[in-house]
Amino acid sequence: MTLAAGGMLLEATGIHKRFNALVVLDGVDFSVRANEAVGVVGPNGAGKTTLLSVLVGAHAPTAGTVRLRGQDVTALPTAERCRRGIVRTHQIPRPFSGMTVFENVYAAARHGGALGRDAAYARAAESIATTGMVGVANRRAETLGLIDRKRLELARALATGPTALLLDEIGGGLTDAEASELVDVILELKRRGLAIVWIEHIVHILLRVAERLVCMDAGRVIADGAPDKVMADPTVIEAYLGGGAG
Amino acid sequence: MSASPAVVVERWTRESRIALAVAAVAAILLALGPLWLSANLVDRLTTLFIYVILAVTWNALVGYCGLVSIGQQAFFGLGAYFAVRLADSGVSVYPSLFLAAIIVGALSLPLSALMLRLRGGEFAIGMWVVSELAHLLVNLDTLINGETGTSLIALNAYPIDARRALTYWCAFVAMGGLLTVVFFLLRGPTGSAIQAIRDNEQAAESIGVRVTRAKRTIFVLAAFGGGLAGALWVATAVTFQPKTYFSPQWTAYMIFMALVGGLGTFEGAILGAVVFFAIEAWFGGAGVWYLVGLGAAALVFALALPRGLWGWVEDKTALRLLPVGYRVRFLRAHGATEAPPSETGAA
Repeated sequence: MTLAAGGMLLEATGIHKRFNALVVLDGVDFSVRANEAVGVVGPNGAGKTTLLSVLVGAHAPTAGTVRLRGQDVTALPTAERCRRGIVRTHQIPRPFSGMTVFENVYAAARHGGALGRDAAYARAAESIATTGMVGVANRRAETLGLIDRKRLELARALATGPTALLLDEIGGGLTDAEASELVDVILELKRRGLAIVWIEHIVHILLRVAERLVCMDAGRVIADGAPDKVMADPTVIEAYLGGGAG
Repeated sequence: MSASPAVVVERWTRESRIALAVAAVAAILLALGPLWLSANLVDRLTTLFIYVILAVTWNALVGYCGLVSIGQQAFFGLGAYFAVRLADSGVSVYPSLFLAAIIVGALSLPLSALMLRLRGGEFAIGMWVVSELAHLLVNLDTLINGETGTSLIALNAYPIDARRALTYWCAFVAMGGLLTVVFFLLRGPTGSAIQAIRDNEQAAESIGVRVTRAKRTIFVLAAFGGGLAGALWVATAVTFQPKTYFSPQWTAYMIFMALVGGLGTFEGAILGAVVFFAIEAWFGGAGVWYLVGLGAAALVFALALPRGLWGWVEDKTALRLLPVGYRVRFLRAHGATEAPPSETGAA
């Protein structure tokens, strides 16, 4: 299951995605190594979330391939990719409202983690503890506030036992203190060896985790490298920071 | 109940054990029904058992899996049709009731490949179309005589008392079997998968739930249940007129029972069937006004008690008689102390 740190984990090449006439991804190459933390920034509409959806299989690319540990998984459905270790969280949390927090997380452990009952109980409990949700474990998810919904997204993803965790603006809408708390959890997951791909507009919290930064604009990758270099890149400043977005 | 180092998961509670014991006693008494109950009561209970089958399977489909269908009468009608067809071809009449349901379940499998591509309202209406189509196809069979219909004449071979008792026992076994299957299905991994799908299909997929497989399981189960109910109904009514059996009224009854009892609660569907049965027994003679009252009651429940009678009880008391969910207690959790007991539905 595990790869030596630094081995190529997830690799997308030549990704094009069109929705009818609208070109959302226009030849994107993107990769993440085992245990690497990559931040993805870019103005709204740059194609960041669509790229994430292509990586997990929620959208089929119009052209291009996605490989997991060298294996072509482009045609593999989302659930199967999850079972092989790629999982995402959603920008707008999507809790299973009628189920309790524990039931939400248990479902992830049982299905995505492909665990038996007792192992899934243990995994779910561990994920709930890691994300600080012990106190609300028996609450129906529909009664949760935003921060707990974000934590639940994280707990559920974690319970699937991923090797790559793809986060879509998990800090959005949170106060600095709340976001910072989530960063601590994410850093802990990175310490445990997970690869992390994180789309985020709140750059300063992203920089606490990301070792590499990818900037997208209009469906293309316009910069990819060390965070300080990318943030200083004139194209990035023009497209993103200077462009009035975010 | 099961333990891992940090957490205790409670599934059975003291109340649920008592409830199960009461249910077991009731089951024994009911199993002996024809030996000690009046003929009229035996007939009425047979009807109730069929209602429970309809309510529980529709609730599994809609309340737990979120697949709202207004075409379940397709399976009800087909179940009755195949029972008549099989009995006419020489199959012993009582086994043919169960065989008919198996055929309906088997037919629903290829049908699921088409129908489960549809979402939401498209699926709901699509199922109605399927039921109309099934109705028309059944009418092509000359045995049925078009809308004139036919009868399950093989039943005439049995004396009236034996027939009453046998039909009762078939309905009782069918209900008991389906309740058991649905209960354990909901408690198992399929239960957690379909509830996740109901609440958010894409999120379910992204955490590894095999969506189509789970939906298909419930779709086929609901078709089998509908088919069984239809076959049993024709055994009580004897006559088979396609228009009666393929009527959307059956699905309306299912909706009423699940809605009033508590959509998405296991106990609720059973309670809903009992409530519907009682209302019908008391007011069924009132003709049109009975139907008007039924509709009005459903409306009032949808507005005032959206989680139905049992959902309301659950929210108020946290009572679980036949629990399909999970309650957890954390013993020691990475520095955290015990979880405060928090109630489902706390606002």
